[in-house]
Amino acid sequence: MKILTGNDLKTGAVVWWTGYDWSIHVEDAVDVDGEADAIAAREEGARRVNGPYAIDAQREDNGGVRPAHIKDRIRALGPTVRPDLTLKPADPNAGNWVI
Amino acid sequence: MYKYDQYDQAMVDTRVAEFRDQTQRRLEGKLSEDQFKPLRLQNGLYLQLHAYMLRVAVPYGTLSSAQMHMLADIADKYDRGYGHFTTRQNIQYNWIKLEDAPDILADLATVEMHAIQTSGNCIRNISSDQFAGAAADEIADPRPYAELLRQWSSFHPEFLALPRKFKIAVIASQTDRAAMKLHDIGIRIVKNEAGELGAAFYVGGGMGRTPMIAPCIKEFVPLDQLITYSEACLRVYNRYGRRDNKYKARIKILVHELGKDEYTRQVEEEFAHLQTQGIEPPLAELERIKAHFADPAFEAAASDDLDLSDPGFALWVERNCVAHKQPGYIIANISLKPVGGIPGDASAEQIHLMADLAKAYSFDELRVTHAQNIVLPHVKKADLHALWQKLDAAGLGTANLDTVEDIIACPGLDYCSLANARSIPVAQKISQRFAETGKTETLGELKLKISGCINACGHHHAGHIGILGVDRKGVENYQLLLGGCEGDDTSLGQITGPGFDEDGIVGAVETATNVYLANRQDGERFLDTYRRIGMAPFKEALYG
Repeated sequence: MKILTGNDLKTGAVVWWTGYDWSIHVEDAVDVDGEADAIAAREEGARRVNGPYAIDAQREDNGGVRPAHIKDRIRALGPTVRPDLTLKPADPNAGNWVI
Repeated sequence: MYKYDQYDQAMVDTRVAEFRDQTQRRLEGKLSEDQFKPLRLQNGLYLQLHAYMLRVAVPYGTLSSAQMHMLADIADKYDRGYGHFTTRQNIQYNWIKLEDAPDILADLATVEMHAIQTSGNCIRNISSDQFAGAAADEIADPRPYAELLRQWSSFHPEFLALPRKFKIAVIASQTDRAAMKLHDIGIRIVKNEAGELGAAFYVGGGMGRTPMIAPCIKEFVPLDQLITYSEACLRVYNRYGRRDNKYKARIKILVHELGKDEYTRQVEEEFAHLQTQGIEPPLAELERIKAHFADPAFEAAASDDLDLSDPGFALWVERNCVAHKQPGYIIANISLKPVGGIPGDASAEQIHLMADLAKAYSFDELRVTHAQNIVLPHVKKADLHALWQKLDAAGLGTANLDTVEDIIACPGLDYCSLANARSIPVAQKISQRFAETGKTETLGELKLKISGCINACGHHHAGHIGILGVDRKGVENYQLLLGGCEGDDTSLGQITGPGFDEDGIVGAVETATNVYLANRQDGERFLDTYRRIGMAPFKEALYG
């Protein structure tokens, strides 16, 4: 699947396109294959996102979404060296998902 | 320390107001990202992996307690409670909101700080010797010259759109503690036979994808021609540096392609022309600046005695303290490399504490080092034990300066959008491995440096052991380099062979140190043994 990501203009937070809005949780991302450029142009023009781009990802068995490249998995979770600053600070196995 | 005059303060305040307006227009949609990006970069604001990142300049690495407190306040108020000290003596914050950036710059301006020219193709923050003004081996304090260059290069209209970024280091001692020959311009303040001070110019060094050691193009430039000669060096580069290929745009490529002699000839020609233009500031201005860097009020009869009966303290003194030019005083290095920690990171609480300790014990002064540590430059020996106890209680008393645990590491793929691999976890694992095996002391001086990409912010080319993270089909891979050095005998590390995975590179570093221990002769550092026996024994041990 192709998913769309970027950074929130005001906060810089990593965000993912959910089909109607942006979420900080990658598991909310939807397949945008074929529509990525149009959505990106529209959303960037509306100042809801900064620098949107499409990436490869796969749907996981548990319904989650896993970006294909490690860089985007780190973007999705947070720095692997500061689990307390990730989106899942209470999950001791969250870092394994990145690697 | 230098204090802003009305012009310095007005420049910074004006820039804050300008950037506040630009940010507002971006948030209102009146500026596109393409229009805004160069404006925010001119103010040190990047968009990194998780958020905006703000890089704050620390000119020649010198800070007052009040400035250090402000850095901690910013970490607390606008970021997530910590900052990252960088290999260019600056500090970076990783979780900045665009809407907060103008307020942060306004707060910085209240303590005579800013983020101007910490990004972009301009002359960046001038770096220097972290022991400047305190080192026993310096012939002068290099910071007045660095400050003069800072003033010359700030908003210099001709050099705000160079072919590529431009980094200058200034030192004034025989021992190079600032990696001077790995800068675009390295300046060493020297004395000629008549006892006059001047500047030796080394031009065209750098790391990155094409590492080069700067050759000396001029052994003595009189100090009343320092700015004019610098301007000539920059003018030739600005005129002929490549703008068609960013990977060949640094001055090192120009000097290499023209050859040192031809580049020097052109600089001399430009220098002769510029001398007719009267651009050199009057010596009175240099004297005005120098007055700000007068020695603090050292106690004349301070004792040189140190009670080393506490073994933890004795180890810290041996490892982290350096001789001071003033009897009864010492230079204290605070390691930001606790075992298993993140190199260069410090919490707001730690930053506040270091500021308080500088106020109490170091004449209100701190330094940031390019090795991502902090220095208290002027500590009375009689106060040293009390200082160490307070540092140790706050997790800042690690005694590992210049050891295998004192690792330089860039933010890597955990934070940086340019990185190909993570640097920090590798540094953490290596420091843990050596701390657990108890080999750190046995190995002695061993400078290990890690970069997460070819841009070499982690100075991997200059490590006795260097590690370069690369992306191999989406998987992190680490190349090992041996034999780099950034000091007086600067050399570039050589790649050992095929790379390793994350765990493999930790084992490879240990293997390399085992080869050293098996081969070293009396008094040899890792680097000395490597230079004597060459790469072959290391390759044999690593790859069989």
